[in-house]
Formats: sequence, C-alpha cells, structure tokens
Amino acid sequence: MMTLPLNDAGMWSGLVCGLLFGFVLERAGFGSPCKLTAQFRFTDWSVLKVMFTAIVVAAGGLALLRALGWLPADALFVPSAYLGAAAIGGALVGAGFAVGGYCPGTSVVGLMSGRLDALVFLLGLLLGTGLFAWGWSSGLEAWTLAGELDSGDTLQEAFGIPDLWAVGAMALALVGVYWLGGRMERRGRGPVSAAEAVQGAHPD
Amino acid sequence: MKPNPAMSSASCSLQPRPFWPSWLAGIALGLVLLLTFVWTGHGLGATGASTRLTAALAHGVAPAATEANGYLGPLVKQGKPLASWISWQVLGVAIGALAAAWQAGRLRVQLDGEHSVGRGRRLLSALGGGVLAGFGARVAAGCTSGLGLSGAATLGVAAFVFLALFFAVGIVASRLLRGV
Repeated sequence: MMTLPLNDAGMWSGLVCGLLFGFVLERAGFGSPCKLTAQFRFTDWSVLKVMFTAIVVAAGGLALLRALGWLPADALFVPSAYLGAAAIGGALVGAGFAVGGYCPGTSVVGLMSGRLDALVFLLGLLLGTGLFAWGWSSGLEAWTLAGELDSGDTLQEAFGIPDLWAVGAMALALVGVYWLGGRMERRGRGPVSAAEAVQGAHPD
Repeated sequence: MKPNPAMSSASCSLQPRPFWPSWLAGIALGLVLLLTFVWTGHGLGATGASTRLTAALAHGVAPAATEANGYLGPLVKQGKPLASWISWQVLGVAIGALAAAWQAGRLRVQLDGEHSVGRGRRLLSALGGGVLAGFGARVAAGCTSGLGLSGAATLGVAAFVFLALFFAVGIVASRLLRGV
C-alpha cells in the first residue's frame, strides 16, 4: 500500500519544485509582461493554453491516483470555498496583472530575466500586503470569509460532480481554447516571440 | 554547468532561443504541479512568501505595531520567512528562472514597457499593479499560482471563481488602461 502524498515540508522539496516551476514559466515566455498581457488583448493565448493544459494534466493525474486508490480523497490541501473572497481577490489580481503586467509568481520570473519593472511590481506587492494587513481589523477580515459555500470545497463535495467527469469536461474545453486561440492568433498579430519579448514592449 | 557551443553562440548573436510551444510548457507545468502535490501534499504558490517577507520587513521597521497587528502578528510568531516551505519554493523559482533565461539568451536588463508607455508611466503601472495584486491575493488567500492553478488542480470551487473573475476583470482593465 503506497502512502501518498509524502507531506515533505522541507527545504529541498521547496527548492526543487520551485526551481522546476520557475524554469518552465520562463520557457513558456511568462517573464515578459508584454506576452502575459497580450492574453487579455486576445493576440497571444499562451497564458490560457499553458495554465489550462497544466490544470488538466495535474487534475487528471491526481484523479487517476485517487481512482487507483494510491491517494486518499482528502489527502491534499484544497482552498476553502469562500467564493466571495475568491471573486474579490480574483478581480483585484486580474486588474493588477492587466495594469502591472505580472502576477506575483511571474514577477519573480520577470525580475530574474533582468526586468527592473518586475522589481517595482514586487515592491508594490509588499505594499499591497501591508495595506491589507493595516485594514485587517477594520473590516477586511470579513472580506476573506465572504460568500462561504457550505456544501463543500471541491466540485465533487459541493455539486456532486465526479472527478473524472470534471477533468473530462475541462479537457474538452481545453480543445476549444486551442481551437479558438489558434484562430484568433492567426487573424491578429500572433504570439509575442522570444526576440520581441527580449527587446521589451513597443507601441503596436 | 558545462560549456556548450550553442549557448555561447546564442549569447553572442543576441538572438534569443524561441519559447517552448504552449502545449509543451503546459504539460511540463502540469507534471511539475503533480510532482509538488505528491511530494508535499499541496501545490505551488508565490504570495505566501511575499506575505512572510512583508511581516519580517514590517517587524524590522515597527516591531510593536507589527506584533500587535491581527494579520502580520501571527506570521511574525512563526519565525523568519525562511522557516517556511513557500519561501524556499519562491527562492527555487528565482534560481530556475535565472538559469532558464540565461541559458536561452533571454537575460537582458531593461525597464520593460518604457518604450511603449514611457518610463514614468511604466514605473507607476508596475507599482500600482503590484499593490492591487498584493492586496487581492490576501483577500482571496492566494494568487494565480497558489489559488488559481493549484486550487483548480484539486478541483476546488474557489479556484474556478478566482480564475473567472481574474480573466474577466483583466480583459476589461486592459481595455481601459495600458500599463505595459
């Protein structure tokens, strides 16, 4: 009987998983704010394609491990279903991404590929965190608990959707993303190339 | 790392190597995420580290106020930022990204966006975007990686709500305001 996950909380698992994460994000082109924000203008669909592919691969792998009985159903950390908090946070991080050109993780990748604007974004990230902490006891704590879904945290618990169905539906939607994204990339200016990304953003 | 002729020619000709195609990067990212779950019991993240760094910096500047703060106080009690897994993970991200950018000839010091929107405006947009993202990630208890990507892999409902609003507001905001 295998006992997964290993629940390693040490330095080495952090360094190794992080190193692979950072390497792949850079290889995808996600250190470039020009490439990242082009997703929102629909000229470069890399963000949606890469994220969605990764979600399907990881969710499929985890569902398979559960189906084989190698991974207990409740063994992994699942974010709590405070849907109001997730909606407010998603809106703010989306706005920050559109304006600043990065999300928190990709700003580290941007900085390490030499982008000083990513350093400024990271500074803003610390300021935003401080601002949140400052308002914590004057009402912000309630925001983090907004809109709790009582029935459960996962699609299975909350709506009774079996894991493999959810993964199958996401895989079908992924095909749609590649089809639609490819079409819009061919009609528009197309994905931001590595040479363009290294030169930095220029007016269209 | 052993020297490799392709690498030196890439850095001489100033011609960076192409990015990986999205399907390849996506599969690789999915496998890294799967490995992380199986190894540690949770996914990948980012703002867990910046939040602990904020707590440590604030504690250096104003120790009493930080310890009394309802949000940062408990984090300060947990010890230095490097006592937590997420800080090592973000350090790993930095090392991995640096190695990848350098090896592919994509390492270039620049203020990205100064040619498109101007230096002053770019500094302001980067700072403002960071503030919005930092604040938002604390409300949602996670960012694009920690809640969006990792949460969706566990089929968490909150992750899908986060991602839907992330894309919807991002699309609208990028139409209203150009920051890069």
